Amino acid sequence: MNAIARFFAMGGYAAFVWPAYGLAVAVLGGLALYSWRRYRASQRALAEIERHRRR
Amino acid sequence: MAAFVGLFRHDFGLALRQGGDTGLVLGFFVLVVVLFAFGVGPEAATLRRIGPGIIWVAALLAALLSLDRLFQSDYEDGGLDLLALADLPLAFGVLAKTAAYWAATGLPLVAISPLLALAVDLDAAAIPRLVLSLLIGTPALSLIGSVAAALVLGARRQGVLLSLLVLPLYVPPLIFGVGAVGADAGGANLMLLGALSLAALALCPWASAAALRQALE
Amino acid sequence: MNERRRRIPDPARGCDRDAADGRPSLRYKKRFGEGGFRRAMLSRFANPARFMRLSAVLLPWCAGLSAAIIALGLYLALFVAPADYQQGEAVRIMYVHVPAAWMALLVYLFVAVASAAALVWRHPLADIAARAAAPIGAAFTFVCLASGSLWGRPMWGTWWVWDARLTSVLVLFFLYLGYIALVNAFDNPDRGGRAGSVLALVGVINLPIIKFSVDWWNTLHQPASVLRFGGPTIAWPMLAPLLVMAAGFGGLFVTLLLLRMRTALNEKKALALRLGGAAAPARASRRPAMSPAAGR
Repeated sequence: MNAIARFFAMGGYAAFVWPAYGLAVAVLGGLALYSWRRYRASQRALAEIERHRRR
Repeated sequence: MAAFVGLFRHDFGLALRQGGDTGLVLGFFVLVVVLFAFGVGPEAATLRRIGPGIIWVAALLAALLSLDRLFQSDYEDGGLDLLALADLPLAFGVLAKTAAYWAATGLPLVAISPLLALAVDLDAAAIPRLVLSLLIGTPALSLIGSVAAALVLGARRQGVLLSLLVLPLYVPPLIFGVGAVGADAGGANLMLLGALSLAALALCPWASAAALRQALE
Repeated sequence: MNERRRRIPDPARGCDRDAADGRPSLRYKKRFGEGGFRRAMLSRFANPARFMRLSAVLLPWCAGLSAAIIALGLYLALFVAPADYQQGEAVRIMYVHVPAAWMALLVYLFVAVASAAALVWRHPLADIAARAAAPIGAAFTFVCLASGSLWGRPMWGTWWVWDARLTSVLVLFFLYLGYIALVNAFDNPDRGGRAGSVLALVGVINLPIIKFSVDWWNTLHQPASVLRFGGPTIAWPMLAPLLVMAAGFGGLFVTLLLLRMRTALNEKKALALRLGGAAAPARASRRPAMSPAAGR
């Protein structure tokens, strides 16, 4: 328990280290998520149009 | 050559007759410096310390003001198409227009700068350095600005976009220009500013021409 | 207003737009780092349809590999790497800050090279690649600035310091924002891509000038030296997590680039199909109205 608490405390710098990592994950992960959702939307739209054309 | 001079005189004459651009730029320049003086406080030591920076930033912002009108009217009425098809290479046409723009907006800034130097309590030895730095630096500002003006033709919200585009590109002239006003490293800064202006003179017309061709495609 | 007739490029057949005047753009420099990757792109992925097939295979592998490398990097950075003698545990921010800075710069060089390929060789995928890469670079730049600020607060006492490196990265961030704003400011995405290419090349030539001027400005105004991490040589226990995170970020860039390029090509194809499909019934309905006997 003590070791985990020390890990999260980061030698007193927790207020700086964790937001830094968190921001990196949030921004890069957010971009990845946004890109992925836009990709799926484009795939769906393209499939929809091609289905219309074939009809 | 005749075409170049003719284009310069046409644009410059137009700017003089309309008068709006010059007045706007001068008024904005004076306004920003005065507002800064109000914001910072009347203490002479502070003003003297940040005076060159204030004047240069104000000059930079004023140089930006009517930049979007550099190519816009010609773009709208087809003059730009004629310019692109003319015998004169488009880069030289751009250079003529930019030179006229600088003569109408940059030169007045240089002319009025001694008055504003007094407003920020700049010491007498620094005033010629300020005028010289603006004289050498404002052509670079006009040339770099012409590239940005050519890029945003036909875009939505040209004015805001223009400011965003030139902001990083104006950092070097600003740094060297303000440095040139100071006594100690003034010489080196002035040289670098001159080099920047010459490089802009050599490269920016071609970049603007390329951007204009993209706009006309 | 300048609505000349243009053939709508079909991504399936490759973009067949010809140069309006054939004159190449005159301002570009070749950079080493991306040279090998560029040539591979040119030869193997020149055809958009081929790119779609190849990227469909590559994408899951890139994604999985990047995730694994980043996970390894995070483990090394948070658990294995030692705390610094001076900075304590705060040095762990370096493992996010420095790789992000490297990626910020590398992605901008990628955008510049892709823009040069678009302007000079009219490579069909080049400006799609540049437009897809720019937001990724902007994200890395933001992460670099934010983590740098969070690192600076305990180390130098302020949230922001006009250090030459941080200031240069701030200017780079504005270059990215300007590029993204420009390519999205036009109704016609191709026009936006062309304008963006010129801007990217202007920016890349200005980059060394800006860096030099900011360094110059910094030495004139800040004679006191700023705390430098690591010194000239970084010991291996600190270097290894750095390199692993850098590799992970690089993999993330490639993954997101492929994903965004596929999205852009999909959207382009959808637009072309929609325009092509809309034209047919419009033509059919217009014909009777145009005939002189219609008596409108």
